[in-house]
Amino acid sequence: MSQNVKKFCYVNRKAPYGTIYAWESLEVVLIGAAFEQDVTLVFMDDGVFQLVKGMNTKGAAMKDFSKTYSALGDYDITKIYIDKESLDERGLTLDDLQHLTWEDENEDWAEKDSIHLVDRKALGALLEEQDVVLSF
Amino acid sequence: MIFGIQVNEGPYTHQASDSAYHFAKAAIEGGHKIYRVFFYHDGVNNATNLTTPPQDDRNIVNRWSELATEHEIDMVVCIAAAQRRGIVDADEAKRHGKGGHNLADGFRISGLGQLIEMGIEADRTLVFGD
Repeated sequence: MSQNVKKFCYVNRKAPYGTIYAWESLEVVLIGAAFEQDVTLVFMDDGVFQLVKGMNTKGAAMKDFSKTYSALGDYDITKIYIDKESLDERGLTLDDLQHLTWEDENEDWAEKDSIHLVDRKALGALLEEQDVVLSF
Repeated sequence: MIFGIQVNEGPYTHQASDSAYHFAKAAIEGGHKIYRVFFYHDGVNNATNLTTPPQDDRNIVNRWSELATEHEIDMVVCIAAAQRRGIVDADEAKRHGKGGHNLADGFRISGLGQLIEMGIEADRTLVFGD
């Protein structure tokens, strides 16, 4: 691993379809995983819709990339933060979102939740500690 | 200080490319370095040499090309984003059997890894977009 490990945070703020930002953000996250940096994902504003489960894009004739999120754990992306107020404002709860997990090799591959619900104050503090914040 | 700059929007519709350009120019004039400018999403449209704005307006593409040449700035266009939007260099045109290519001077096409590397190597990474 490179000695130069930085805290990378990807902030997803837009709905999954309608614009390409969500999909192209995910492409950055997947490619970036190879660089073994300290990665955090944030979903806020309309970005929380990206993780809603049970998507069906057939009617819109668009590629459904929502299943890709469940593979993030395999890419060692284990820290996913959801802005609680963004969920509340949209009438969503954690139950509406995909259940994303990762396996902890230090604890006999125990399955752990990747998603953490945080309020805006905590989110602000989280962003404050990042070295690189890429917003999409 | 060494800056990395990401441009996420195309020219003219959004001000992001203008703001990024003015920031880069001011940073250089202030004695700072630009590690790389990375063009992503519709930002890849800043790299087409087919752009022909009215003469009384700024030429955003040429402006980037000139800045890159003058200060030897590495300007990278994301290959995946570029392929979707029809930005190709001579090699890419040949590979995909296209009748022409349109990558402006001073730009090069490469992968998303260049964006991550920029984040690692630069002291500060700035994202210009919506």
